[in-house]
Amino acid sequence: MKTARFKVSFAGPLVSFQDKGRIGHLRFGVSSSGPMDRLAHRAAHALVGNSNAGSAIEVSLGGLILECISGEATLAVAGGEFSVQCGATKTSGWTTQTIHAGEKLTLRAGVWGSWSYIAFAGQLALNKWLGSTSTHSMSGFGAGTLIGGVEFEVQKAEVREARVGDTPYPEVAGTTDTIRIVIGPQDQHFDPQSVDIFCKKLFKLTDAFDRMGVQLQGPELVLKNALSIPSEPIVRGSIQVSGDGIPTVLLADHQTTGGYPKIATVLSADVDRLAQMRAHDVVRFKAVSAEDAIAATRAHHAICQATIEKLAAPKASLTEKLQNQNLIGGIVNAYD
Amino acid sequence: MTLPTFKSVADHALLIEFGTHVDDDLNKKVVALDQVISRAAISGVVETVPALVNLLVIFDPMVTTHTMIQAAVSRLFPLDVTNHGGQAKHRVSVCYDTELSPDLICVARANDMSVNALIAAHLSAELRVSMYGFAPGFAYLSGLPQAIQVPRKPSATRGVPTGRVMIAGPQCLITTVVMPTGWSIIGRSPLQIIQDNPDDPFLFKVGDTVVFDRIERADLPIELQSP
Repeated sequence: MKTARFKVSFAGPLVSFQDKGRIGHLRFGVSSSGPMDRLAHRAAHALVGNSNAGSAIEVSLGGLILECISGEATLAVAGGEFSVQCGATKTSGWTTQTIHAGEKLTLRAGVWGSWSYIAFAGQLALNKWLGSTSTHSMSGFGAGTLIGGVEFEVQKAEVREARVGDTPYPEVAGTTDTIRIVIGPQDQHFDPQSVDIFCKKLFKLTDAFDRMGVQLQGPELVLKNALSIPSEPIVRGSIQVSGDGIPTVLLADHQTTGGYPKIATVLSADVDRLAQMRAHDVVRFKAVSAEDAIAATRAHHAICQATIEKLAAPKASLTEKLQNQNLIGGIVNAYD
Repeated sequence: MTLPTFKSVADHALLIEFGTHVDDDLNKKVVALDQVISRAAISGVVETVPALVNLLVIFDPMVTTHTMIQAAVSRLFPLDVTNHGGQAKHRVSVCYDTELSPDLICVARANDMSVNALIAAHLSAELRVSMYGFAPGFAYLSGLPQAIQVPRKPSATRGVPTGRVMIAGPQCLITTVVMPTGWSIIGRSPLQIIQDNPDDPFLFKVGDTVVFDRIERADLPIELQSP
């Protein structure tokens, strides 16, 4: 069994190990965690040819530099459009590369997006908590945060040359300025005009943005007397409004309950697109009915499924690839 | 029993609400409903989140809808509220040293009582685990005597460490992870609610009873003895 070993040369804040999430423990105050962009996490695994979306590294805008200290492995990067350097190869966006002992992998924030994922051909050997490696950022439970000096292993590491190459990211993975919501469940605590304003005006993401949530800036929302509502359950996508009228969208590591009223909840189909936005990006909320929300999620699911299946298909056999390269090389030479 | 109210949450959850004010009787209904839902094995239910006066049912929107969940839950009424959770009794050590308990004096003053009277009232309370919420292992203990209650502080204190015994309104909790909080810190406890078992780490069950026992500063583990 081949193992590839890696050492973190540099990691920005909030770079962590994440599997698909820790589902089923909200009743103990434990949010699911898992990737901020669940489709990109699956896509990275599909690109590298893993049949299951296990653990991957989630890279924040702070970036990451890894050194392969022994062995070799193919890896895929998917998420926002980050700049990527693997060994001598420089590229950006969604890409699959092979790293060998002595080479470095560098990811830096690029044109768009807040989060990117690195999935390895093989299995990351990590600690689990409550059955999952996903790192809960506030408590550190799970496999943990990557910081300079940390070493980790990819077991059953494989080189899958047929998968190497760049992949244009699918439209469904990009960001959008319109985010769909269902009003409530605590809209009765707001002045009716505020609910109207929330759906009509623009809001800006602020840099108070981490794995727990992102605070928004925009017109003030006026709360009726709601200072002492009992702590109520929160989901990923809940938009809670604090006493000073400022809304926050709760994300992967959200608190599980809270005493601030929630004016609306983002559809599960749109919440990860919102998480991929950056501070100062502008967002418009569009209210839909609960029935339309379910229809939208079902449609989104079908698109994601088809996207993942397409990404999972190998690019080409190595021979085909070499032939393609020769062909392209030939054309270029013809114009020399 | 009249039916609770149902509210749709996004595309994947239904909030079931018994009332709007914190009350042990409402919480017992929440716990009873949580138990019958888990036994009913309703198609598409992913998990339930029992809180103080309401319960959230999270479902898979590929399989079911808000309307279908509401119909399935409505069929479970009337509830048997005699069945409301854990029965265990926990005795939990707490040190009220004023140097380790930054809000002890303020809480006593706010209630126009001496620190000793405040401590005596806290020790006399038989508290009930009414829910876990906010952060991993944050168990909300309800039933704090009216005489020692204080509201949440207007703004949160950042980075409150673990092992702090805090109160707000009728509730008390012992911190398990570092979190910002607007609650008042009245003591320190060596109790580990999150135990060293990665598969089943939580000490309390909702419905259990908690009573505090006073210990001195020297009885705390060394790492909890400094301010």
